[in-house]
Amino acid sequence: MRRADTRAFWLFVGPFALGLLAFVYVPIGWSVLLSFFDARNTVTPTDFVGLANYVDMLSDGPFLRSLGTFSLFALFIVPLTFVLSLGLALLVNGITVMQAFFRSVFFLPAACSYVVASLVWKLSIFNGVRYGLANTVLGWFGVDPVAWIGSTDPPWYWLVLVTLRLWLQVGFYLILFLAGLQRIPKHLYEAAWIDGAKPGWQTLRHITLPQLRTTSVAVLLLNLIAAYQAFDEFYNVMGSAQGYPPFARPPLVYLYYTSLGSGGQDFGHGGAGAVLLALVIVAVTLLQGKVILR
Amino acid sequence: MTSAEISRRTILSASGAAALVGLLGACGTNTGRGGGGQTIEQWYHAYGEPGVQQAVERYAKAYDKATVNVQWNPGDYDSKLSAGLLAGGVPDVFEASLEISAVRSGQVVPLDDVIGSAKDDFTATILAGHTVDGQVYGIPQAVDMQMLFYRKSMFDKAGVHPPTGVDELIDAAKRLTTGGVKGLFAGNDGGVAVLGGPSLWSVGLDYVTPEHEVGFDEPEAAFAISKLRELYASGAVLQGAVKDWAEPDAFTQGLVAMQWTGLWTVPAVQKALGDDFGVLPWPRLDGAGRPSVPVGAFGAMVNAKSQHVEEAKAFVKWLWIDRTDFQEDFNLSYGFHIPPRQSLAAKADKLTKGAASDAVRFVRDNAKSSNPPDWIPSMKTAFGDAVSRVVREGADPGTELKAAVQKARDELKRLYG
Repeated sequence: MRRADTRAFWLFVGPFALGLLAFVYVPIGWSVLLSFFDARNTVTPTDFVGLANYVDMLSDGPFLRSLGTFSLFALFIVPLTFVLSLGLALLVNGITVMQAFFRSVFFLPAACSYVVASLVWKLSIFNGVRYGLANTVLGWFGVDPVAWIGSTDPPWYWLVLVTLRLWLQVGFYLILFLAGLQRIPKHLYEAAWIDGAKPGWQTLRHITLPQLRTTSVAVLLLNLIAAYQAFDEFYNVMGSAQGYPPFARPPLVYLYYTSLGSGGQDFGHGGAGAVLLALVIVAVTLLQGKVILR
Repeated sequence: MTSAEISRRTILSASGAAALVGLLGACGTNTGRGGGGQTIEQWYHAYGEPGVQQAVERYAKAYDKATVNVQWNPGDYDSKLSAGLLAGGVPDVFEASLEISAVRSGQVVPLDDVIGSAKDDFTATILAGHTVDGQVYGIPQAVDMQMLFYRKSMFDKAGVHPPTGVDELIDAAKRLTTGGVKGLFAGNDGGVAVLGGPSLWSVGLDYVTPEHEVGFDEPEAAFAISKLRELYASGAVLQGAVKDWAEPDAFTQGLVAMQWTGLWTVPAVQKALGDDFGVLPWPRLDGAGRPSVPVGAFGAMVNAKSQHVEEAKAFVKWLWIDRTDFQEDFNLSYGFHIPPRQSLAAKADKLTKGAASDAVRFVRDNAKSSNPPDWIPSMKTAFGDAVSRVVREGADPGTELKAAVQKARDELKRLYG
């Protein structure tokens, strides 16, 4: 019996674990290894350089700037997503008719590919010529066409990137919050009402939010990691065949150009940067968890 | 961000339709011949023009010393190729721009014995793009170049002459900007990616000198880049077009009076505008500079890890040196390229009239390598970032370029000691 159990365990877990090992853990380990070598155009380097790649990356202006930019981006996008998805979840949870409909409608964008959404945002809504959607609307009010993605003063490209990300991810977090809301026992609210609490802000502040704490922490953490891992929509909206501009450049895009993008092939520096980025994410996540779960 | 790398890839990456067409023929084609028992794997990226794939398969089939498998690679050819070269012996023969790092890490073999006495027939600037430390690593296949297209009727109406200097160009762009039409389009980044090089050349500087020193460590470089800022800030430059600079749409749709784009757009522009356009090199800025056009070419290369290096070299020699008829067909029958061999370019009828003949003249007189092998990605990023910050954010050109010079100097030191 016990023997059969073990066999079943490996039968089910084995293929998955093997895939994880081959395509996730080995590459991670390998890139950590590469980060200690001068590995240009090779993945089997021989030239050990110790921490030199790390020193280079830590004194590398563009990489540090990208970390700075994306810490700011996280500060901005994480609370915004949190508030919007929680707000929508409360509204959807509050209605009694067509709840399934609204839930699906808000979740639908999450099923859209980042690349497709990026192209829609870039080519049709926010293109810079006079017949773009946003510029057409501005045109009704006599405003000249704006180069949404090209202009840096003011940096309109943030409007494009932030609205795109919100559209894509709010629905997903809304579902998480909805699940959290529906798990809150009804009797808590009933007890509160009997005790004289008013529906609305008071119950939200003292019952709903505390009960949602684990969900909130999960949403915040996922959101934060997603902010640092930004790649798809940035690469597709801002990048061109000639490369990527130095602003709004996520760390991953910079590392991509260093180690993989057309002819870069510098796996040593790329690996070191990836390790540093991972450390930053771990540090910020731990810090955030500590602050919230205090 | 990086300097423009002219190749058909540029267009392709912007053109989903072309990629889709390519997808339909994505599989490798076994030519079904027994040949000499050897099989050579040859890789191409997906050219946008119809007919190229069939043509290269036809060439491969005509080779009788070995079986040649042509693989057509739609999508991200660069990444696929680097993965292939890292992993081992496939492909045996491929097309690419030469990077010095590929030479230093021993991924490609020298082809001096392949090119042999034909060397002098190749346009010098083009061949220099495939030469590292005096050795040739790629046999140029087809030349692409960029230049400035201008709309004659708009110039006449505004009473503006085709500019022969950068200041004239800025002035022209301003005067041509009226009611929904902008003066110039050079990419949605305001020309940052494609005009950095021409700006250096306009004051007689370059990316890297022949002595392997940084070529733009001079105050004139900052002055030249500040002119791009002036142009950008004048409001005469179109941004946010649906298609980027590699496609002629903004120009043919009358959104601009001038556009910086490539030789490959000439047929489309001719079709849309007839004779109502002319072409120019990027003008000079001061007495030390010269008008310039960036040129580049994919070269046929041999993978050093190939199991059949000698056979692969023999095939490259046969196709890209001996069979001039195929080279002519490849360059002139499908898209719009200039044959890298002067003897072929000279006798091409298609290149004797209009914009094409101007382009041939520019390549002869004003060619600058768009992508020298030792102008490596990290230098391109540093330089492109600096230009972008100056042009688009108004940063100080001297300070910004200094950082790029430092980066380039470190890398050159690492490369050449």
